[in-house]
Amino acid sequence: MLFQFMQWLEATPASVAFHESIWSFPIVESIHVLGLCLFLGMAVLTDLRLMGLVFRRVPLSEVMGHVLPWTWAGAVIMVVSGMVLFLNTPVRYYTNIFLRVKFCMLFLAVINAWVFHSGIYRKIARWDRTIPTPTYAKIAGAVSLLMWGGVVVAGRMIAYNWFDKR
Amino acid sequence: MLLAFFKWCEASWIGKGISGSVYLFPVVEATHLLALAVIGGAVLIVDMRLAGLGLKKTSAAEVAREAEPWLIGSLLIMLVSGFMLMCSEAMRCYYNGAFWLKMYSLFFAVIFTFTIRRRVAAAATASGTTAKAILVAVISVLLWSGVGLGGRGIGFY
Repeated sequence: MLFQFMQWLEATPASVAFHESIWSFPIVESIHVLGLCLFLGMAVLTDLRLMGLVFRRVPLSEVMGHVLPWTWAGAVIMVVSGMVLFLNTPVRYYTNIFLRVKFCMLFLAVINAWVFHSGIYRKIARWDRTIPTPTYAKIAGAVSLLMWGGVVVAGRMIAYNWFDKR
Repeated sequence: MLLAFFKWCEASWIGKGISGSVYLFPVVEATHLLALAVIGGAVLIVDMRLAGLGLKKTSAAEVAREAEPWLIGSLLIMLVSGFMLMCSEAMRCYYNGAFWLKMYSLFFAVIFTFTIRRRVAAAATASGTTAKAILVAVISVLLWSGVGLGGRGIGFY
């Protein structure tokens, strides 16, 4: 079902045009990499603050309040540029093991952020300035770092065709 | 002079070791990218604060002081992993325009960051921002973006 959708997507004029163009891939890929600096840069700083390793004197809620909008802006850049990049060779990406690993890690990273925000972050007033940070905050930060790191590494590996079926 | 150095790099055990392996280049490249996320955050959080964005309630001086160890740490990882990657395809880099764009941007970005930007950030104790601080932030983002764009460009050039 999904495979047929990828085949259809690959045959669309948008995909063919993107694939045939010399400049579109490098330009969108560069946007994806610069977007990584904004999105992951902000996410890493937030995670490090959760682990009590940076901005110790700044209340966590303040870091979250000022940095999160930028993380969201970065996320939008990453998702949009990532979806455009996918148009390049949908069938190949769909069957690529690293893309699947990347999406699994992405899913786990989002779940981790969701659990954090809907759980312990609601009681932030109790530990906003607590240093060292509570264990659950450290775990949330460390899991986030690991998952996003996995997304980056798996994402970079999509370029390699070690396990591609030919 | 420079050509001899690049030839030596390519023939060195680092260059030979990485180019001769299927997995080493991707592993070092992935490390380079992970450090990119950290350096991206460490640079941007300070530039954003200088421009009056991001951590507005904290002074630019404190944001810069907090970010500096992460900036230096990630920069060192970038330089070491980047040098290893360069060694593995030194001659290709030597004739690669994007590589030189990256090297020039890096040279000026590092000098600018540890001289002018460092001083401006350290002096900015007030809660607001100044035209000078905004200018410094813009130059910093442009220089570091040049490094990133040049770096990504090496593979496409």
